[in-house]
Amino acid sequence: MSDAARPVPFRGGGFRPVAKRGAGLAVFVALLALMEWGTRVGWISNLTLPRPSDVATTLIDLARSGLLWTHLSLSLSRLLAGSVLGITTGIGVGVAIGLFSYVRAGLIPLVAALFPIPKIALLPLFVIWFGIDEGSKYALIALGTFTPTVVSTYGAVDNVDRTLIRMGQSFGLSWASIVRKIVLPGALPGILSGLRVSIAIGIILLVAAEMLGAEYGIGAYILQAGSLYDLERLFAGVVILSALGVLSSWLIGLAEKRLLRWRV
Amino acid sequence: MDLTLDRVTHRYGDMPVLKDISLRIPAGRILCVIGPSGCGKSTLLRLIGGLERPDEGQVLQLGTPPPGCLNPLTYVFQDFALLPWRSVAGNISLVLEDHGIRGPAAETIIDDVLARTKLNDFHNALPRQLSGGMKQRVAIARALAVNPAVMLLDEPLSALDAQTRELLMEDLVALWERAPFTGVYVTHNLAEAVRLGHSIAVLSRRPGQLRELIDVDVPLADRQPGDPQLEALQARLWQLMKDEAMAADQELLDV
Repeated sequence: MSDAARPVPFRGGGFRPVAKRGAGLAVFVALLALMEWGTRVGWISNLTLPRPSDVATTLIDLARSGLLWTHLSLSLSRLLAGSVLGITTGIGVGVAIGLFSYVRAGLIPLVAALFPIPKIALLPLFVIWFGIDEGSKYALIALGTFTPTVVSTYGAVDNVDRTLIRMGQSFGLSWASIVRKIVLPGALPGILSGLRVSIAIGIILLVAAEMLGAEYGIGAYILQAGSLYDLERLFAGVVILSALGVLSSWLIGLAEKRLLRWRV
Repeated sequence: MDLTLDRVTHRYGDMPVLKDISLRIPAGRILCVIGPSGCGKSTLLRLIGGLERPDEGQVLQLGTPPPGCLNPLTYVFQDFALLPWRSVAGNISLVLEDHGIRGPAAETIIDDVLARTKLNDFHNALPRQLSGGMKQRVAIARALAVNPAVMLLDEPLSALDAQTRELLMEDLVALWERAPFTGVYVTHNLAEAVRLGHSIAVLSRRPGQLRELIDVDVPLADRQPGDPQLEALQARLWQLMKDEAMAADQELLDV
């Protein structure tokens, strides 16, 4: 050991996510560039992977022909109707499970039984129950978004700070006030992050729902392309679904920012 | 309004936490409850305010709460219990809304209690923007807003640092001097007890029993830190509690 003064070595830092702008975009761009280059040079054959630029032209053609909007508007209305139905009942049932012991005891096993069922397997049943039209599609998406919403909602209600509820009681607040002003706002962060999962599942089931005699819709478009091994159109459809996922996640992020401004 | 505890006994499962406690809480005075950790001080406070039911004995109210009192038994919690999604004013209006007090009427009360707790400038601040001492001031303002007959303070200063604690003790004394309130003040801090208590109830370790009830005759406003009479009292309290505290410290938890 020499006696010379040295700075103390720095050992902290790291283990804390920092926002890096553009990193996500860079990964996308790099991946697409690699695919484009590979298909052009030839070490990726056109049968394995379509050329990204071809997919882009397919998309543009689709938009020009006006069919894109037909597909998209139908799909979006299905996704919206189904997931609004599933999410609202899911939040309602989840809050009820969180608040009432009898509902909890009665329904948690039922939800646990429903959750792992691949909803696609129930397609024929839905057709019989709700008809081959829009009804069965709404029902499928609703059921698919319902179960994850229930689970995340009652988890969120369970996690509400009990000392806040005790405080409400100690000031003589009514039961309804405690639920409305303490339990629901306290559960909101958990409910919103559960919605991300629910909506993603809703998009997955959209494609499944459009397997059922749908002429138009992103799912129908992808299935047609798939059965013809038309990879460009298949990928064009997949890109639209991904964009839908990114968009919904961004919207929830926006809602979180607005509604949860009180969080650190 | 006076409160009386009549042979209150309480258990959690098979474990007795409080045994045979009889106490009188006279109006207009602050009763400090001290005792080693785990002696059931906080449980006692929950029993007094009706957040829990005693297994035996009862807590009695004598007389009716004064007019204009919205919530006779009002708590101030150790961890503040402020709603993080409501502003300072919103947290206070929370406890008024259920009594139908809204708009200008609520605003008058809020402004008054914020002024009394020196929080005028923090009307719209969110709890996360406040220091611990400020948060506890908000909780005290919220308690004052319902005009309580009895304030139940559960270690209100224990989550704060020593300087903030000193400042808030002075504020509490000033509040009491301005409008004497009835208080039950639970703490494990002997200095707080001798500064704020008109009388001090010393509990034994679990199961908590009343060991001694000491009256402190010095007026609250005259008590200064370092006062020899109070120091002597604090030393005496420590002698009373020392063995109990040591024994309590060496007990296994979750038995």
